[in-house]
Amino acid sequence: MNTKTIYQPNTGLTDRDFTYCPGCTHGIIHKLIGEVLVEKGLIDQAIGVASVGCSVLSYEFFNCDMQQAAHGRAPAVATGIKRVRPESAVFTYQGDGDLASIGLAEVVHAAHRGENMTVIFVNNAIYGMTGGQMAPTTLIDQKTTTSPIGRKKVGAGEPIRVSEMLAAVPGATYLERVSVHDPKHIRKAKKAIEKAFDVQMSKQGFSMIEFISTCPINWGMNPNDSLNWAVENMIPYYPLGVYKDATKEGGDE
Amino acid sequence: MAKVLMKGNEAMALAAIKGGCDAFFGYPITPQNELPEYLSYHMEQYGRVFVQAESEVAAINMVYGAAGSGARVLTSSSSPGIALKQEGISYMVGSELPGVIINVMRGGPGLGGIQPSQADYNQITRTGGNGDMKVLSFAPENLQETVNIVKESFALADYYRNPVMIAVDGLLGQMMEPVDMDQPVETREVPPKDWAATGEAAKRGKRNTIVSLHLDPYKLEEHNLNLQAKYTKMIENEQRYELINMDSEPEIVLVAYGSMARIARSAIDALKDEGIEVGMIRPISLFPYPQKAFDALSEKTKTLLTLEMSLGQMLQDVRLASNGKHRIEFFGRTGGVVPETDEIVSKVKAIMKEAV
Repeated sequence: MNTKTIYQPNTGLTDRDFTYCPGCTHGIIHKLIGEVLVEKGLIDQAIGVASVGCSVLSYEFFNCDMQQAAHGRAPAVATGIKRVRPESAVFTYQGDGDLASIGLAEVVHAAHRGENMTVIFVNNAIYGMTGGQMAPTTLIDQKTTTSPIGRKKVGAGEPIRVSEMLAAVPGATYLERVSVHDPKHIRKAKKAIEKAFDVQMSKQGFSMIEFISTCPINWGMNPNDSLNWAVENMIPYYPLGVYKDATKEGGDE
Repeated sequence: MAKVLMKGNEAMALAAIKGGCDAFFGYPITPQNELPEYLSYHMEQYGRVFVQAESEVAAINMVYGAAGSGARVLTSSSSPGIALKQEGISYMVGSELPGVIINVMRGGPGLGGIQPSQADYNQITRTGGNGDMKVLSFAPENLQETVNIVKESFALADYYRNPVMIAVDGLLGQMMEPVDMDQPVETREVPPKDWAATGEAAKRGKRNTIVSLHLDPYKLEEHNLNLQAKYTKMIENEQRYELINMDSEPEIVLVAYGSMARIARSAIDALKDEGIEVGMIRPISLFPYPQKAFDALSEKTKTLLTLEMSLGQMLQDVRLASNGKHRIEFFGRTGGVVPETDEIVSKVKAIMKEAV
C-alpha cells in the first residue's frame, strides 16, 4: 500500500504539554517558529530567549538551547548571546507587557544598534499571566482589571504601536505585523518568520515580527469570539503589513 | 615583567583582558569611566566583544546572556549603577552563571556624590538583589592586588558558577601606581561549561536551558539549599585577609579594608613612632568575611576598632566575627570624605585614655 506523509510532528517543539490557556494563539505561534527553525536547518544552532509573562515557560517548549530573561530584558540578554555567539540563530519571544512596557528601552536600543537578532512580539493587548491588567497596548475603552471602566486616553494614554515606532529607528532592518486568526493569515505569518530569520542569518540586522494575538480568559470571551474581536478591534488599530524592509531586496533605505 | 605606571581603572581593564575576559558590557558612570574607555579600544584589538549598553540594567542582562552562552564576561559600574544591576546579578546567582562585576564605589544614598566611599558594603555583602543570594566579593587596597584579583576572578567565577564582585573605591580607580601586569595568579581547574546554552544542542546531544525559575516551592528550596552549600564552600575556601603589625599581640586591633586600610597603615606607623603598638586585620574578601582572622586573635587583644569610609556597615560583621569577645569601637567618615591619618591616631589615643 502506498502511503503518503501529509503531516509530521513538529520537531522544533519539545514533547512538553503547553501551559497556555485553551484558545490562546501562543500555541500556533510556537508551532510556526518551531517549523521555521527546523525547515531552515536552524534548530541546532538556535538560542531562544524566554521572557516574563504567559510565555515564561517557552524555554520548556522550543526544542533548542534557551535562556530565560528578566522582565523586559530579553533583547539585552539576546544581545549578550549573539555578540559572543555570532553564528547562532538568536530569537526572543516576548509579550506586550514585557516588550512594550518594562522592556521598551531594551527593544528600541537592540533595534537601534542593529543587533543581528529576531524578536517575536506577541501582542494581545493585556497582561495575561498576572491576571488581565491594562497593558500599554490595551485599546481605548477596553476593560481590564486595572482599567475597569475601560482604558481612557487621559491618564493612561493611547495604545503604543510598537512596529510603527520601531520603523522610525534607523537600525531596524525588517519589521512586520501579522495575525494568526485564520489559515490564510497563519501561512502569511509563517512567511514573515522565515523572512526574519533569513535577515538574521544573512547578517542584515534586527528583525521583529509582531503578532496580533488573543487572550480569551482575560478578555472574557470564548476562543472564536476572541479571534473575531481581534480582527474587528485590534487589526484596525494595529494594521497588518510590513513596516520596514531595509533588506537588500526591500530597499527601504 | 617590569612594572608600569597605570591608573587604577585602566589597570583593571588591562587585567581583565589578561584574565581572559571575552566580552564587556557597561554603561558610563563616574568614577569608573576610564575602564570602559580603555576596553572600548583594546577589546577589539584582541578580537573580543565590547558593547556600551543603553543602561546598567541592560548591561548586566547582556552579561547574563553572554555568560549563559559560555563566555567570560565583565561589567563595571559605580554604586548607584551597581544598585541598578542587582536585578541581573540576582538572575545570574539564581541561574548559576559566572561573571565579574567591578564596582568603583562612590558616596550615596541616591545620586550621592562622586568621591571615594565604602558605603556599598551592605549592598555587596548582604543580598543586593532579591532572594537568598551571595556574591563572592573582594576589596583590594592597592593596584597590584587589584590587578591580580581581577585576573584571577574569571576562573574563580567559573569555578563557583557565581558572580564575583571586585569593590574598590573611587580613590583606587583614579590613582596611579606602578603595577606588574604579569604577576602569576592562582588558577582553578574549571570543568568544561557543558551547561551553557551555546546553540549546539545537536552536537551536545541535549538542549541546555538557563533559568532561575522553579515554580514548585520544594524544588526552589532544594535549589536554594544547593546555592547555600556553594556559599558554605566559599566561606571555607575563600576567606582572604592580611594581618599587619600583629606580632606584639597588640591590645588594640584595627579592622579596615581598601583605601581605609592604606590610611590605617599610616596611622599604625605614626603610633609606632610614639611607642604605641596597634595591629590590623585587613579583610580582602568581604564575602566571605574573614572570620578566621578574628578566631586567631590573641587573648591580649581587647579592643577592635572598625574603620570605614561609611557609617558602620562592616561594623556589624566585626561584631559578628568577634562574637562578644572584644570591646568594639568605630570610626568612619562618609559621603566621599577621605579621613586623615591623624583622625585615626586621635581615635586610638581616645580609646586608650578611656580604657585606663
